[in-house]
Amino acid sequence: MSAPASSLFTPEALAMAEKLGLGKGRANLDEFAATLGDLARADRNILAVTSDSRGSGKLAPFGHALPGQLVEVGIAEQNLVGIVAGLAASGKKPFGVSPACFLTARSLEQIKNDVCYSDVPAVLVGISAGVSYGALGSTHHSLHDFAVLRAIHNLAILAPADNFETREGVRATARSSGPVYLRFGKVPLFDLHGPDATFETGSAITLCGGNDVAFIATGETVVHARLAAGQLSEAGVKARVLSMHTIKPLDVDAVLRAGRECRAVITVEEHSVHGGLGEACAAVLLQSGVAVGFRIVGIPDEDTVTGSQADIFRHYGISMEGLAMVAWNLLAL
Amino acid sequence: MTDHELALNAVRLRQRLLRLIANAGAGHTGGDLSCLDILNVLYHRVLRVSPATRDDPDRDRYVQSKGHCVEALYVVLSSCGFFPDADLDTVCRFRSPYVGHPTRKIPGIEMNTGALGHGLPVCLGMALAAKMDGRSARVFTLLGDGELAEGSNWEAAMAAAHHGLDNLTAILDHNTLQITGPTREVMSNEPVGDKFRAFGWEVREIDGHNYAALTRALTDPPGRGKPTFLIANTIKGKGVSFMENVAKWHHGVPSEAELALALGELEAAEAAMRFTS
Ligand SMILES: [Mg+2]
Repeated sequence: MSAPASSLFTPEALAMAEKLGLGKGRANLDEFAATLGDLARADRNILAVTSDSRGSGKLAPFGHALPGQLVEVGIAEQNLVGIVAGLAASGKKPFGVSPACFLTARSLEQIKNDVCYSDVPAVLVGISAGVSYGALGSTHHSLHDFAVLRAIHNLAILAPADNFETREGVRATARSSGPVYLRFGKVPLFDLHGPDATFETGSAITLCGGNDVAFIATGETVVHARLAAGQLSEAGVKARVLSMHTIKPLDVDAVLRAGRECRAVITVEEHSVHGGLGEACAAVLLQSGVAVGFRIVGIPDEDTVTGSQADIFRHYGISMEGLAMVAWNLLAL
Repeated sequence: MTDHELALNAVRLRQRLLRLIANAGAGHTGGDLSCLDILNVLYHRVLRVSPATRDDPDRDRYVQSKGHCVEALYVVLSSCGFFPDADLDTVCRFRSPYVGHPTRKIPGIEMNTGALGHGLPVCLGMALAAKMDGRSARVFTLLGDGELAEGSNWEAAMAAAHHGLDNLTAILDHNTLQITGPTREVMSNEPVGDKFRAFGWEVREIDGHNYAALTRALTDPPGRGKPTFLIANTIKGKGVSFMENVAKWHHGVPSEAELALALGELEAAEAAMRFTS
């Protein structure tokens, strides 16, 4: 047993981030809370609904500034989603904020029926998603949320990669007339986008071009794919990196272009390898007759290794080094 | 509508309900008959909602948490003019929006229900929204007694009192039966009134087939700052002698002969009522 990894990034990965000119961002959750606060100040129908989760959702300042727009329901996630649906059916734009592990498992039936089937403009915000809770163990991990939510009709699923995608994703969500699921981790990462970036729900963002290998990554794994592309480029391998911030509706065209134009495709997600981004991309490619070297990087179907989020990422190869290695192996075939 | 007119309407709606279920080949007959008088009073006397105001933000809301008894809701909504009676001949048919549980595709229906334990939390959200906006809208839900075993009801019971939602009324269709048998034997919820009182609700109890009592209980001002829990003591299968208090009619569909027998009883009751008016 080794000491817990102190960072999601090795010194080499940090050096690569610096070389690529990636600035340090704040936690996407902080960006979410600040953006929601700005939107709510301008529109009193925008609400935050919490299940004793305003602290972990970074919403304490929101609650102080706009006490009439924060609804506390206590530790009762089923009730939270039902209440959010009722508010949304009554002209409100509620953002129900709760740890992703509880929100998308315990309240799955409420999401399916009260929100999606009833077609109300409710927003579900899964915080500390994936393995953000690290050593707290599998009760607190959400490695199933893409899979179960993808199978429910009428729900947009967004997993922003950085502060820009978070800000734009939350704004787009506030304008949406249908149900949305937003997924956030909790550690500060890097800013991945330049000043000219544009965001549109359902459209992947190309972070860098290349035709040797394509990384299609989502949420807070995108940064690792970007760093791996940097490392590969130093060895003459040109990697394309797509930030697939919208899991549903999936940007099918971007997936097909990657499959047709590159020699290999690698998907990356902080989620089970079952039912998430990887399998979604595989289905798109195979059903269009695109045969390409393909790997799904995620959390395998096993008793998840214990340790911090950084430990777990490194163990399963969700890192610059791990992803570059997957690319080498795939291109060598 | 006078009590007598309501009763006459109910006996006709019971006939329509049974014809609907026989035609659809499916339905929750026993519970439909137990809650029909409650819905009749709600829609014809209590709720401030009509086909013309069904999108008005100030309207009262009704969410049927015991969604399986949608046939009763269908016939009552139709009798209020939300949609034509002929639509009900399509219930459970291919491509018909009239499925076997409530959906918002049907004019007048506020929420898709059918899985139990969902109505009360949703109504909490609606009641909170009305309070936030300073609207006088009231929000009602109808729960089955078997349904109370779902834990989400108790999460909502706690939160409704905590938030002081005196614009919220939960009506219990207390027919004391569920699909397997008596609720006391399957999973007792008694003393249900004491439980809701302990959760901070105002509790009322009435005969759920008595129009004057239902009207009073649903219109008397609520306790200040308290949600109202109305125990409506009902008879499962009410109005048809051989269906009353028989658990197998939970989702029994009458045969042709049973339908004729039931309609005969209800027509006789209707004739007697006309005679007394
Ligand atoms: Mg019952």
